[in-house]
This record gives sequence, C-alpha cells and structure tokens, in this order.
Amino acid sequence: MAHRWINTLKDSDVTPEDLFMNRRQIIGGALAGIGLAGMATGASAALKGLEPNSYEDIASYNNYYEFGTGKDDPARYAQALTIKPWTVQIDGMVDKPGAYAFEDILKAMTIEERLYKFRCVEAWSMVVPWNGFELADLLTMAGVQSGAKYVAFETALRPAEMPGVSLPVLEWPYVEGLRLDEAMHPLTIMATGIYGKDIPKQNGAPLRLVVPWKYGYKSIKSIVKITLTNKKPPTSWNKANAREYGFYSNVNPQVDHPRWSQASERPIGGGLFSRRVPTLMFNGYEKEVAGLYAGMDLSKDT
Amino acid sequence: MSAVIDAFNAFARRVPTWVLYISYMFPVPWLLYEGQTGGLGAEPIKALEQELGLIALQLLVIGLAITPARRYLRINLLKFRRALGLLAFTYVCLHLLVWLVLDVGILSQIWADILKRPYITIGMAGFVCLIPLAATSNNFSIRKLGPKWRQLHKLTYIAVILGGVHFIWLVKGLQIEPLLYMAAILGLLILRLPKKRQARPIANAILANKAK
Repeated sequence: MAHRWINTLKDSDVTPEDLFMNRRQIIGGALAGIGLAGMATGASAALKGLEPNSYEDIASYNNYYEFGTGKDDPARYAQALTIKPWTVQIDGMVDKPGAYAFEDILKAMTIEERLYKFRCVEAWSMVVPWNGFELADLLTMAGVQSGAKYVAFETALRPAEMPGVSLPVLEWPYVEGLRLDEAMHPLTIMATGIYGKDIPKQNGAPLRLVVPWKYGYKSIKSIVKITLTNKKPPTSWNKANAREYGFYSNVNPQVDHPRWSQASERPIGGGLFSRRVPTLMFNGYEKEVAGLYAGMDLSKDT
Repeated sequence: MSAVIDAFNAFARRVPTWVLYISYMFPVPWLLYEGQTGGLGAEPIKALEQELGLIALQLLVIGLAITPARRYLRINLLKFRRALGLLAFTYVCLHLLVWLVLDVGILSQIWADILKRPYITIGMAGFVCLIPLAATSNNFSIRKLGPKWRQLHKLTYIAVILGGVHFIWLVKGLQIEPLLYMAAILGLLILRLPKKRQARPIANAILANKAK
C-alpha cells in the first residue's frame, strides 16, 4: 500500500542534499498517477514548489522536551539516546501483538521520500524531506482488528539519557494518539530518515510519526509502543492543558491558540528579515484530509 | 568581612556610570551580527526578540536588587540604578521594536495581538509603566516632583512583575526559566518589606520612663 501519495517533487531514490539545496525552484507539475486511490492526482496547488529546509536547520531547531525546553537542547543532548537495539511494542486490538524489532520493521516496509510541510503550534514551520513508510502498512502487518477505533503511541522514557524528564514540564512518557482513519491515511508516515540519512536523534530517531496536516506535537518521536484501542487515547499536550491543545490539533488558521494567533507562521530559514506567511487550512493538505472531518465543528473539536 | 565590603564600595565609587552604558550597548550590534550569520540558530527573529527581552528583565531585576543589597549586604551600588533603569527601558524598546517590525510585521495582526493575547497585553502594560519612569530618570524631574518622584518610581514594582508574568505566559507549558525569574522578582520585592521591630523590653522601658 506504499506510494499512495505522490509529492509534486520528482521522485528520485537518492537525492544528494547539495542538489536539494541548489534547486531554486522545485518543479511542480502533474505527475503520472502511479498510486492507487485519489492521492495520485498529486497534492494541491498550495504545496507546489516547496523548497526543503537545510538539514542543519531541521536538525538544530527542535522541540523535544525530554532533552530540555530550549530549541538547541535536543541537538546538544539527544546524542545520549541509545537507539540500538530498538523494539516497537505493538499491542491492543491487533491480530499479531508483540515486540517488533526495528530492523524487522524496516525490512518489511517500503521506504519512500515524502516532502512535507511541518507546522509547529508555536507558529513556525519548515519543509522536511522525510524518508519513511506509511503507518497503514505497519498496522496492516500487525493486523488491525475490527472494533479498533484509535491508535495510541508512546515515546521512549529514559531518565538516565534524557535530562529534561527530571522536570515536570509534561507528564512522561510522552503519549499521542490518532483516530484510526487518520492513522491509515496515505499521508500518515513513520519517518526513519531525513535527506536520505538516518533520522537524527534530536528529530526522533529511530522512527517517529509524521502527520503533516496537524500541529507538530502530534508527530510523536522515538516511538516504543503502538496500541490499537477503541477508546480515545490520552495525548500529552492535551493532558497538560486541554484548553490550549485538543486531541485533533488540525492546523487551522481560523482557530487561534488561546494565547497567540494561528493565522500566520514564520517559515524557518529566512533569516532576520524573513516575513511571516499566512497559515493554510490543514497546513495545505486540505484537499487530502478535509473529508476526514466532514460534519465536525473544528472550532470545538480542536 | 566588612573590610571586603568597604573595599568593594570604594571600588564601586570609582567606577563611572558611563561604563555600564557602554557595556550594555555592545550586545545590540553583536546580536544583530549573530542573527545575520546564523549564530542565533535557525529562527533568529524569535531568538533576538527573546534575548533582548531577557536582558531587559535582567536589568530590571538587578535594579531591584540594589536596595536589598544595601540593606542586607551593606553594598552601595545606588548610583548605578538610574543607568540600569534607563538601559532596561532601552532594551524593552528594542524588544518591542523587533516584535513590531521583524516578528509580526502585519499591522492589523499587531493590534489584534495587543488586544487579544493576554501575554502581549501584559507586556505592553509593563512597557507603558516604564515610560514615565524613563521620562523622569533625571535630576530635573527629581527636583520638580519632589516627594512625588519616589511614589512614581514605585511603578517599577508593577513593571517588573508584569515582565515576569509576560515571560511565564509566552512559553508553552510549564517551563523552569520564567519561574526562576519570577521567584527572583518576588524574593527581591519581599526583601523590601519593612523589617518588624524586635521586642526590646529594657530599652522600651527606659524610653517609656524618659517620656514621663
């Protein structure tokens, strides 16, 4: 079920990062629909011509509070995280629960390139050339039982390696969750690399979720557990402050954060004199995902 | 111990206040240079804005510490307080300018932010409190206002508390740095409360006798 969503970028297996950086204009254009369902028509106009941020920006400006709340803390301290060996416990309402070794997961999955916009709730954004596989493929491998309605995720908790967890900034371990249809959506991936390289520890090595139409904190990092459940799972920022952070957390310029506006965002990498840009509904992925929320009042179900 | 304090005070007396002004002028071009050359990270605008705000808050806190230092440590840095206050005001202005011009830049959103975002409203209120203080930080004003000058400058307490709350409110979730600043601010304000007079029975009896 891989390749169900095609970038407007030309798909190439190994794209050297200096080539990426030298491209002034990424050629958007209609691509032959290789994949299956409607996604093959290519992403909406809003996503054409996306230029990825530099690897340095992506790997040096992070929110990973387990390693400290400064933007530069994860790059500095996340190197302490041991990522070998790594297992993902998949349990709950699945046919084949168990501890899946990361190497085995990689062997079974199809890794592809996905160039996604990434929008933080703090109103900054990046464009990231992820490498990863569709979460749907992993869940199908584990065999999702009927009756399962949500997917819950959990981040590693390593007090000896994570200096930030000694402070109760959030409840640890970090947890997140998606509705099952959100998890099975072609856009939802488990990222294992950036720019064709292994994903840096500060970005959530060895594998993390990427849900590009939601605020970045939903894209949980360094995943150790995935549980299929029929109850809406708790999510860390919602637990910390339900008034400010909802379960769905869809990027929505019309619904402000109680303390700041979400109507615009700062694209990272523009330097001291870069301008803010208007935020797009669902971070530009409206065509692909709006259908998931038909009939919902997104100003209430945030 | 008091010899050390005396030596320190003698040294402080000799340092001219313009040293403070000059020292605190260096961070501005330095930060701009860092911002342009990547030294402030991938998002230099917010980093610059926060650095300027932090320096402003630090200056206010140091200014607040002058009187407790004199009272409890017998260190006299009173002559530097005006410079600290004016520099704090300057840094608040720069912080505000970065926010207006580099950060938001969209006029309609600026106004909306001031009215609708509590942490910005509070920040603005703190800034407004500092304006009359900066305007009257000169000998002419002290002469003209007399005892009212001292009353006016108690606005500092409000401004620094507003600054502390502004910091707490602009971060995501519960973070330690703003809380530490708030603790320092509250601690320094508590130190200004008048000391309760100790009970001194014999001295009081003598005084009572004398009064008869």
